Amino acid sequence: MTILAILLLAAGTYALRAAGPGLAGRIELSERVRWLLSVAAAVLLCALVVTAALTSGPGFAGWARPAGVLAGGVLAVRRAPFLVSVVVAVATTATLRLLGVS
Amino acid sequence: MRASQRLASHRHILDALDRRLLRAIGLVVLADGVVGVSFGAIAVSGGQPAWVPLVMSSAVFAGGAQFAALYIVLGGGAPAAAALAGLVLNARLLPFGFAVADVLDLRWPARLLGSHLVVDESVAFALAQRDPGRRRAVFWVSGALLFVIWNLGTAIGVLAGRAVGNPDALGLDAASPMVLLALVLPALREPAVRWAALTGAAIALAATPFLPGGLPVLLALAGLAALAVPGARGRPRPDPEGGT
Repeated sequence: MTILAILLLAAGTYALRAAGPGLAGRIELSERVRWLLSVAAAVLLCALVVTAALTSGPGFAGWARPAGVLAGGVLAVRRAPFLVSVVVAVATTATLRLLGVS
Repeated sequence: MRASQRLASHRHILDALDRRLLRAIGLVVLADGVVGVSFGAIAVSGGQPAWVPLVMSSAVFAGGAQFAALYIVLGGGAPAAAALAGLVLNARLLPFGFAVADVLDLRWPARLLGSHLVVDESVAFALAQRDPGRRRAVFWVSGALLFVIWNLGTAIGVLAGRAVGNPDALGLDAASPMVLLALVLPALREPAVRWAALTGAAIALAATPFLPGGLPVLLALAGLAALAVPGARGRPRPDPEGGT
């Protein structure tokens, strides 16, 4: 990795991050647009959850990870505490791997 | 005068965060710290000089993009290709920045500093809060702690090098999707958001085998079209009891 490539990645990433906060106040967004932006963030986060749980690179991640996320997710939907659902997800995945399920 | 104002606003930040929320943030930060350790360790065991992971973690501060760029270089790819792949992965930060722009509607130094803390987790924590004060508090506290721990973890990984094992054996790869799922759930209780999110996730999943990393997630935005379906048009207020 060269310093130039890292700086390019860092500067580009910062520009992506700062565009929204930088423009806030300069342009007046309607309530409807602000709502759409928060829905867009929820849509992106949800897509991250599904792809991170099920895939690794272009392929399937194996059963252990999605099984863990599913176990924790069921608890979270039933309003279990955040801590419990995350610990259950990690423990389920780790246990399955220990048992030889990838 | 300025100092007392600042003190008051700090006290306000701590007041706004109850213990349960702080515990949740602590857990996420801990998990990210472990991933940071593995990033530092993988980079130096792959033959990169120590400054590479250290500079990346502080200047880029985006786990997914850092790993993607690192793996491309370790696999013999060009550094420019690695940077480009990282940028594609980080393109989602643009809409994220707009989504949290209200919590960063501050003086310029704070706005510039806070922009660097826009990461999946800090955005998800902020979105799970209704109250503007809590949104702002949770964004800053989670973002700042994540930044510190991510860099600390990377440094530990650099020092430990090859001694660090594979964090996947501990099931930690399940932590990141689980954390984001728990944080996004309150927003999904609104039917319009749920349909848009599920449609988008299905699109992203279907596109994953065919597109480079980062693009499938961006394609999920097409799920917003589900909001145009008659009857799905939502009100600007998701359910009031959301929160972590």
